[in-house]
Amino acid sequence: MVVRFARGAAVSAGLLLIAGFGAGSLDARAQEVTIGVTLGATGQTASIGIPMKQGAEVLPQKIGDVTVRYIFLDDGGDPGVAVKNMRQLTEQNQADVILGSSSIPSCTAMAEVALQTKTPQICLSPSRTNAFSFAMAQPAALMVEGMVEHMHAKGYKNIGYIGFADSLGEHNLSSMQKLMEPLGMKLVASERYNRTDTSVTAQVLKIVAAKPDAIFVSASGTPAALPQLELVQRNYKGQVYFLHGVINRDFLRVGGKSLEGVIATAGPFAVAAELPDSNPIKAEALKFTKVYNDKFGANSVNTFAAYSWDAFKVLSAAVPVALKTAKPGTPEFRVALRDAMQNNPDIVGANGIYKMTATDHNGLDKRARVMVTVKGNAFHPLP
Amino acid sequence: MTWDIALILAEDGILTGAIYALLALASVLVFATTRIIFVPQGEFVTFGALTLAAFQLGQTPNIIYLVGLLAAIVCVMDGVALVRARRVHRLPHMLVVNALLPALVIAAAIYFGPRKPAALIQILLTVALIVPLGPFVYRIAFQPVANASVRLLFVIAIAVHFVLQGAGLLSFGPEGFRVDPLIDGQLTFGTMTVSSQALLIVGTGIAFAILLYLLFEFTVLGKALRATAVNRLGARIVGISYPMVGKLCLALAALIGVISGILAGGLTTIYYDSGFIIGLKAFVAAVVGGIGNVRGAALGAVMIAGVEQFGAAYFSTKLQDVYVFLILIAVLLVKPSGLLGRAVTEKV
Repeated sequence: MVVRFARGAAVSAGLLLIAGFGAGSLDARAQEVTIGVTLGATGQTASIGIPMKQGAEVLPQKIGDVTVRYIFLDDGGDPGVAVKNMRQLTEQNQADVILGSSSIPSCTAMAEVALQTKTPQICLSPSRTNAFSFAMAQPAALMVEGMVEHMHAKGYKNIGYIGFADSLGEHNLSSMQKLMEPLGMKLVASERYNRTDTSVTAQVLKIVAAKPDAIFVSASGTPAALPQLELVQRNYKGQVYFLHGVINRDFLRVGGKSLEGVIATAGPFAVAAELPDSNPIKAEALKFTKVYNDKFGANSVNTFAAYSWDAFKVLSAAVPVALKTAKPGTPEFRVALRDAMQNNPDIVGANGIYKMTATDHNGLDKRARVMVTVKGNAFHPLP
Repeated sequence: MTWDIALILAEDGILTGAIYALLALASVLVFATTRIIFVPQGEFVTFGALTLAAFQLGQTPNIIYLVGLLAAIVCVMDGVALVRARRVHRLPHMLVVNALLPALVIAAAIYFGPRKPAALIQILLTVALIVPLGPFVYRIAFQPVANASVRLLFVIAIAVHFVLQGAGLLSFGPEGFRVDPLIDGQLTFGTMTVSSQALLIVGTGIAFAILLYLLFEFTVLGKALRATAVNRLGARIVGISYPMVGKLCLALAALIGVISGILAGGLTTIYYDSGFIIGLKAFVAAVVGGIGNVRGAALGAVMIAGVEQFGAAYFSTKLQDVYVFLILIAVLLVKPSGLLGRAVTEKV
C-alpha cells in the first residue's frame, strides 16, 4: 500500500514538475537532463533492487552546469511493469536516459523498448545489450571464467554443481562447462534448487556421493548459503565456489561459521579497502562508500548500490559531449547521448573500468574481477 | 544410494513433515469452523521466524507497525459497530482488549528489542506480537462476510495473503534470516546422529496434536468450536457467538504458525515470502489426508514431506515440487475425500 502510494506520489510530483516547467521558461527546461529510473525495489528481486535504488538516490543533482532530474518508478521485478514504466518515462516524461532495471528479465524486455524509442537504457544487471541498451554489472561469463581459471590452477578435476532452477543458473552452468571442458575438467554432478526451498539435503547428498574436488554454487543472496550449510553438515571437505551475487553482509550473517574458507568471485568494490592504492578503482569505490554511508548509515553500503554510481559516472562523461550537438528532451539528444557513451574514454567506476564501444556496451574486463575468500566472517581478496 | 542416505532423508522428511503437520492442523481447524481456506497461514510462519530473528539480532521488529495499524482499524470498526447497536457501555471493555493490550505488547517489544532479553522472553514477545494478528485479520477481512460462500472467503483469503506478504517485505526486508536453534546438541542412536532441535520439533508437533485433541474433546470451548463446525445456525441458536469462534480459531492458527516458524527458522533460512509455499504444502497435506480430519492431516504431512525428499534424492531435484502436487492430483482422482476422510454429501 505504501509503495503504491509512494509510486502515485512520485508520478504526480513528476507531472506537477512538468506542468511547472511548461508554464515557466523553456530555457530552464533545456538545461535539464531527465533520468528515468525503474528498479525492482519490491518483489522477488528486491534484495538487489533496494540497494540499487538507494544508490540512485544519492547521485549528484548536477552534471557540470546542467541540472539532473530523476524520476523514480518501481517495477517490482516484473518485466511487464518494467516495460510499462519505460514507456511512461519515455513518452510522458521525455526521459533522456533510463536507468534500470535491476533484474535481467526486466532489462531484456526493456531493451526492446529502448531500441524502438531510440532511448539509451542502462541496465544495472549483467543483461544482454543492443544498439541502445547498456549493462553495468560484470557479465556472468567474465566471473565464471575467473572461477574456472582458479579451479584449474588448484588442479581440481571433478567439479560438482548446484544452482537455482532458473535461466541464470542454467546460463552459468553452461558457461562453466564450455570453459572447463577444454581444460580437462569434468562435471560429476549437477543439481537444482529454488530460492525458498526449506531443504537441500537430497541435492547435497547426491553431489557429495559423486565426490567432487570442488563445487560451484550458482545462486545469489542469502539463499546461496543453504547448500553450504548443508555441505558442512555432511562433512564435505572440498572447495566451494560462489559468484558475485553473494557479496553482501546478509549472506555472511545467514551462512555464519559455515562459510569460512569458501571462495567467491567479486567486483573490486567488495574488497575496496584492501586493494592496493595503485588500483584506480579503490579511490572511486571509497568515495561512493562514503557518500552512501553518510545517507544510509555506517556500513550500509552494498556492491549492488555501486552500479548506480557507475552508471552515473558513464553518463556524466557522455552528457557534456551530447549537449554540444543537441538539447535535452529531444530525440536527437538521446541518440547523441548513446553515441557519446560508446565513445567515452576509460571510465573508472567503483566496480571496474568501463571502456564501452559500439560493439561492447558493457566495457568491463578482468580488472573488474577479484577472487575473494571468507575469513572471520568477512570477504578478503585472495593473495 | 545406501541405507545411511535413506536414513538421513527419512530424518529430514519427518522434520519437515512435523512442521507441515502442525500447519495442516491449523488449516483443518480454520476450515472446519469458519469455512475459510486460510491461505495466509504461511505468513504467520514467516512473521514468527523473522520477528524472533529480529529480537535475536537486538532489533525491535518493524512488525509492530502492522500490529498497531490493524489494532487501530479493529478499534474503529468495533467502536462504530457498538455505537450503532447502542451498546456504548461495552466500549471500555473493547478498548482494553483491542487497544490497551496491543499497546502494552508493542511497548514491551520497543523496550526489550535493543536489550537482547533472555530467549524465553524473546519467544513470548514474538508470540504476543504475532498471535493477535489472527483475530485482527478475522475481524477486518472475514467477519463482515462471515456467511458468504466458501469461494468468496477463499478469494478474500488470497487477498489477505498478498497484503500480509507485502507487509512482511516492508517490515523485514528482502533478505533471509535464520533463528538460533532453541536447543543445541546431538543425540546418537546407533549409527545416526539426530540434533536435539529435531526432537524438539517432532515433540512439539505431537504435543500440539494432543493439546488440540484434548481441547476439542473435553472443554466447553472446544465443543463450541466443534458445534460450529457441524452446524453454524444451530450453534448460534444455542448461544455460541460466531465471531468469537472465528477470532479464536484464527488466534489458534496464528499461534500454531508462530510456533512452526520459530522451529522452522532453526532448520532453514526464512524469507519474507517463504511462508506461502510451506503453507501451501501443509494445505495439500490436509487435503490428501482428508480435510477436516486431524489424523489424516498428520499422515498427509509426513507423506508429502517424505515424497518430496525421496523423490528429489532418487529421481530429479528439479521436480521436487512437482511430486507434491502430483500426489494431490492422484488422491483427488482416486479418493476425492482424502485418505482418511469420509465422503460428505452436501445438502443444497
